[in-house]
Amino acid sequence: MTAPGASSEVRASPGAVTPRPLLLSGNEAIARGAREAGVRVAAGYPGTPSTEILETLVRLDPGRQVYVEWSTNEKVGLDVALGAAIGGARALCAMKHVGLNVAADTFMTSAYTGVRAGLVVVSADDPGMHSSQNEQDNRVLVRFAGVPLLEPADSQEARDFTVHAFDLSERFDVPVVLRTTTRVSHARGIVAPGPLRVAPGLGFQRNPAKLVMLPGFARSRHRVMLERLEALEREAETSPLNRIEWGDRALGVVTSSIVYHYVRELVPGASVLRLGFSHPLPRALAREFAAGVERLIVVEELEPFLEEQLRALGLAVEGKAYFPRDGELGPEAIRRGFVRAGVIAEAGEKPLVSPPTVTRPPVLCPGCPHVAPYLALRQIGAVVSGDIGCYTLAAIEPLAAMDTTVAMGSSIGMAIGLARSGGATGPVVATIGDSTFLHAGLPALADAAYHRTRMTVLILDNGTTAMTGGQAHPAAGVTIRGDAAPTIDLPAVCRALGVEFVRVVDPYDLAQTQLALEQAAAFPGLSVIITNRPCVEAPVKVRDQPYTVLAEQCIACQYCMNLGCPSITWSAEWHEGRRKVQIDPVTCTGCTVCAQTCPTEAMVGLPGWSKPR
Amino acid sequence: MMKEGGSVLLVGVGGQGVVLASAIVAETALRAGWDVKQSEVHGMSQRGGVVSSHLRFGQRVYSPLVEIGQADAVVAMEWNEGLRAMPYLRRGAPLIINLQRVIPPGACRNRLSGESTYPALALEALADQVGDVRACDAGEIAREVGSAKALNAVLLGVLAPVMPFPEEAWLASLADHAPKGTSAANELAFLAGQALRYPDETHAQAARAALSPNGLHGQARPPRLEVIEAWCKGRACEICVRACPEWCLAIDGSAAVRVVRPEACTGCRLCELLCPDFAIEVHTA
Ligand SMILES: Cc1ncc(C[n+]2csc(CCOP(=O)(O)OP(=O)(O)O)c2C)c(N)n1
Ligand code: SF4
Ligand code: SF4
Repeated sequence: MTAPGASSEVRASPGAVTPRPLLLSGNEAIARGAREAGVRVAAGYPGTPSTEILETLVRLDPGRQVYVEWSTNEKVGLDVALGAAIGGARALCAMKHVGLNVAADTFMTSAYTGVRAGLVVVSADDPGMHSSQNEQDNRVLVRFAGVPLLEPADSQEARDFTVHAFDLSERFDVPVVLRTTTRVSHARGIVAPGPLRVAPGLGFQRNPAKLVMLPGFARSRHRVMLERLEALEREAETSPLNRIEWGDRALGVVTSSIVYHYVRELVPGASVLRLGFSHPLPRALAREFAAGVERLIVVEELEPFLEEQLRALGLAVEGKAYFPRDGELGPEAIRRGFVRAGVIAEAGEKPLVSPPTVTRPPVLCPGCPHVAPYLALRQIGAVVSGDIGCYTLAAIEPLAAMDTTVAMGSSIGMAIGLARSGGATGPVVATIGDSTFLHAGLPALADAAYHRTRMTVLILDNGTTAMTGGQAHPAAGVTIRGDAAPTIDLPAVCRALGVEFVRVVDPYDLAQTQLALEQAAAFPGLSVIITNRPCVEAPVKVRDQPYTVLAEQCIACQYCMNLGCPSITWSAEWHEGRRKVQIDPVTCTGCTVCAQTCPTEAMVGLPGWSKPR
Repeated sequence: MMKEGGSVLLVGVGGQGVVLASAIVAETALRAGWDVKQSEVHGMSQRGGVVSSHLRFGQRVYSPLVEIGQADAVVAMEWNEGLRAMPYLRRGAPLIINLQRVIPPGACRNRLSGESTYPALALEALADQVGDVRACDAGEIAREVGSAKALNAVLLGVLAPVMPFPEEAWLASLADHAPKGTSAANELAFLAGQALRYPDETHAQAARAALSPNGLHGQARPPRLEVIEAWCKGRACEICVRACPEWCLAIDGSAAVRVVRPEACTGCRLCELLCPDFAIEVHTA
């Protein structure tokens, strides 16, 4: 393996001709590292910012030497990877931070069983919630589980640490967590790659006392885990992933992950203890560093994870007094913190101030099949228990047709509770995407059917996992490699669970959709409605004859704008003091839904259009 | 300052090619022998959100993020996003901005007044504040050279003179990243951007662009709804309740329709037009 921190080795000199190294994102570098470490099985569930890891693995493996799958959910993914490792094959499991909650049951106990072949669990955290429902700091979960934690700060380290993680995992017989953040996963940097390989299989070895977690066996394995932690701490003390960079002794900064890079730029003279192998904490190294500096400050994103452990050692340490515990810790926030701490002076010049501008929240695509069902739900005054996916965007204006969203798959269980609460102000409807339904919705639907709860479940089947960029799932009929796969007959599954009212509707037919929802709401039991139009963006772009507005016919009621379709905006013409509307023919996908809302039939297919080949 | 390296921020909206443009700049820096880091936020941009890409190059780059007030250039593919990114500019650094406006649905929400919140194309005022503004209608220039999609290549052409990279490096990475069959058009677009002179040519373009509708201003005339209760059939009908685009009306236990959100009525008259019993009248000023 390349020495950790090797990014300094690939120093480039301006002007000189250098051999072409690779410019990789952190996620691509992890996939690269896994291939270089000889990974044989990789599983996971999509989730920003982790998704590209498995997608890159597939790209790096045209010869199909690695088994790669999109699992049904993160728990299944981790089970697959753990099983592979126990079977002697190096395995990787990638997920976003909240995915580790789903996989936590397996995760916690895998620290007892150990692994045999190397097992690396990638947790991609999302401080600042660029695209997540919370910003939990998974370092806390990793410490709770009692497994080692590696935190790369850039693409080169993402590659190096992945290779190192497999080795560590095998040497200590323990799953190793590689934690990135959005900035590490999605930032690109130069990477010096090594050769790809497939590690030899170590084979399965029967050992029930180690692998069957009956209480009697688990008790001794818990002790093994605790002893292993001590050995891991000794390893961390001398690990090349942890290092002291001595500078000015007046200030010592303890830091990890990408924050290290910001610190290096903002206080270039300071002494730095940089922890790449941050759990278990190398306590002797920390003490040595603390003893060598006059003032000790921890700069870390989210939780005071290192700070509290250092304080528990009796060290005088500062940190969260200056740096926020929420949000992404970028250069601006770190500068403010150091200014507050009196370490550096305020920046001289005030930045420019923008004139008033508009924000640009994400919206559902033109022609998105999720739009009409939510307009219909708003029309029938439903209490909507929402879920996580593109359709969560229906919660904001103008559709504004979702009342709750908490975690993947929660919509159905929460709808049961809402229905049983007696407090709902309208028919209770759970709305859930197809990928999310398979991920965690199925057990809840079984519960609703089992207890004959009176409510409606709307499954928005667009054939893909759209929110994360259009990944396949078990009902999509295709695998991550693009191979044909068996599909799942969702209506049949619902019937098999005991649902009596199951209906499939075309979400581009507004009247049919609304009628079906009204009938479902009137049904005295559990009802399921399934929509059947594909996402217009993935796996294929759906483009039909665009629509246009006959301006002389438009009475500017703007009903169509309630859809929130980004192709529809105000035109320069007025009618009785209101703006007429226009359709952008370039972005309109021709779904026809707006035309169905128009009371004057002013919206028609664009004349002279022919399907581009 | 560019001797030791530099920082560029590229911004735009989903689908405009921010990420591709940024990859081209990164690759160009790499070819010119610099260390490079680049960070973009994409997540939800596929669905019409903002895309921004931070790019830094130098002898040895630590942070992949450009700090506020530290960008040596901001390249904006869209007008509103360019204005939003202004705080990132180092004082005196150029704002390279496309005159294209992508108006989000959220900017057209006040239906009563018809007033849009989208910022006007006020180029002179922007130049007064920023100093070095290099604005152009990149879409128009790209169309002139034969490929409307090459607007990001035009803007990279505008950026090129500000960056310490040789032209060969630019052209090579441009060719490397151009989709199949478009590399000639991309090169032409790049050269056209590079040849632009400021501010004369671009201000003429801005004046032309400003003629097309935006910065929509409106007129507020709050209407008044009158329900003739005796004529309304109530629950049996509900046509108006379903027809109102603003959800102003409701029949909840009441015998006749009630106006529940009078302030939201825009006076579109749909309820009046569709009521089979002439039970609603809309009075506008
Ligand atoms: C536990 C967990 N895993 C993954 C994600 C990331 N994620 C957000 S939405 C989504 C899936 C959406 O797919 P689907 O339900 O089919 O809805 P669509 O986006 O296609 O409308 C995923 C995987 C998450 N938020 N939480
Ligand atoms: S990506 Fe697909 S599911 Fe998501 S908003 Fe667009 S059309 Fe809808
Ligand atoms: S047909 Fe109407 S609703 Fe559908 S994409 Fe076009 S403008 Fe939008």
